[in-house]
Amino acid sequence: MENEIEFKHVNKSFYSLKGETNVLKDINFIVKKGEIVAIIGPSGCGKSTILNLISGLTIPDDGKVITNKKVGYMFQKDNLFDWKNVYKNITLGMEIKKLKVDEKRIDELLTKYGLIDFKYHYPKELSGGMRQRVALLRTLVLDPDILLLDEPFSSLDYQTKITVQDDIYKIIKETKKTTILVTHDITEAIAIADTVIVLSKRPSSIKKIYQIDLELNEEKTPLKARNSIKFKDYFNLIYKELDIHE
Amino acid sequence: MNKNLTNQEKYVKDYKRKRLLIHLCQIGLVILFIGTWELFSSVGILDEFLFSKPSAIVKLLIQYIKSKEIFHHVGISLLETLLGLVIGTSLGIIIAILLWFSKTLTKILDPFLVVLNALPKTALAPILIIFAGTGIKGIVVVAISLSLVMTIISALNFFLHVDEDKLKMLKSFKASRIQILTKLVLPSNTKNLLSIIKINIGMSWVGVIVGEFLVSRFGIGYLVVYGGQVFKLDLVMMGVFVLAILAYLMYLIVTLFEKYYKNKR
Repeated sequence: MENEIEFKHVNKSFYSLKGETNVLKDINFIVKKGEIVAIIGPSGCGKSTILNLISGLTIPDDGKVITNKKVGYMFQKDNLFDWKNVYKNITLGMEIKKLKVDEKRIDELLTKYGLIDFKYHYPKELSGGMRQRVALLRTLVLDPDILLLDEPFSSLDYQTKITVQDDIYKIIKETKKTTILVTHDITEAIAIADTVIVLSKRPSSIKKIYQIDLELNEEKTPLKARNSIKFKDYFNLIYKELDIHE
Repeated sequence: MNKNLTNQEKYVKDYKRKRLLIHLCQIGLVILFIGTWELFSSVGILDEFLFSKPSAIVKLLIQYIKSKEIFHHVGISLLETLLGLVIGTSLGIIIAILLWFSKTLTKILDPFLVVLNALPKTALAPILIIFAGTGIKGIVVVAISLSLVMTIISALNFFLHVDEDKLKMLKSFKASRIQILTKLVLPSNTKNLLSIIKINIGMSWVGVIVGEFLVSRFGIGYLVVYGGQVFKLDLVMMGVFVLAILAYLMYLIVTLFEKYYKNKR
């Protein structure tokens, strides 16, 4: 399969007057088309930096990040503009890129994801799960090849989190987007991803890469994944690997 | 008596009663204050020459209204204040926007802004009036000087504290600096800019009155300072009274605008 993203010996440091902070050390990995990859690691280990490198918001000090695809970013916070209604929020990216908005297509998407009745509502009037779906649509309408999810579920309460994870997983699978998910939640990583990359503490390097195979008889969804017998094995493996007391 | 009130109706009734009580107390306080003042002046506890009295002030005001003289003074002061407010606020916001574009420029100008902000601008008023002329122009410049620096500093502060994540989101869309300004920085700060305008109303009035104290032959400030010089305390009090009403009305207009803006959302 085609490679969508490739990291080759990537190093990245941040500089301040107090000195250099080495965040990423010799990072190498490949993401294939349509793959869902979760990146997990202790906090402050440079997970988000990897996303910034893929999206071009920052550039590596050494090494290469190879990707020439359109990238869509989704954040921990939905970042909806509360002075714009749902429709205007979804088309924000198109507005900035000065693209023509196909309202019929947006309406179709809104209908599909159960938001059509809220088209002219303001973010304040939506639930946390709905807001997150609007945020995802804002990214999806630009038709990115790669989706970058930066802890998109961590601000939701547990119940909502589970449903939104299912919703968003379905959307990703349907649209066959290559996805990089950054998270600190081990269960979330196993439930959603095909591949889990475990990072070490700062300066982070890749400790291990797991291919997740839950041996499900039916089609995978995050909720069903949690019922798999192999789920807890992966959990224990990754938990040990992360070893926060190290 | 209707005894079948639901809890909701009871709540509303209770709320309305409390609101009425507050309004009554406010009116009562005004009546008490004016009544005592009038009474004490009439019986001689307060020296009428120094403290004037409400009835004399009202009489004087009616006289000024009849001769239409008051409208001339009010008109001039209002014009000066509005000019000072509009120019001071918009110039301040424009400068804040320019500084927002350049971090280096902000850092270079920072100590000067801090000093200018700490300096009591009224101390500059005599110089400013000599520079700008003694007419309306000089007074407007004084009014601008009072609101300008504060507007720059607080507007810039608001602009720089825009939500980092929203900023990153726009950057991920490859938004230009100008797009970030017009799509995020300005719209997310509408409420803050309105509160700057509210503060500047008071500032502009201070500037105008100080300016009129120094040089002028018309305006509320002139009436007050003239009244003081000839020991006509009725005139001073009337000036202050008219000033209070004008300032309140301007504040009310901004508040109404704020409400309209909130409802529109």
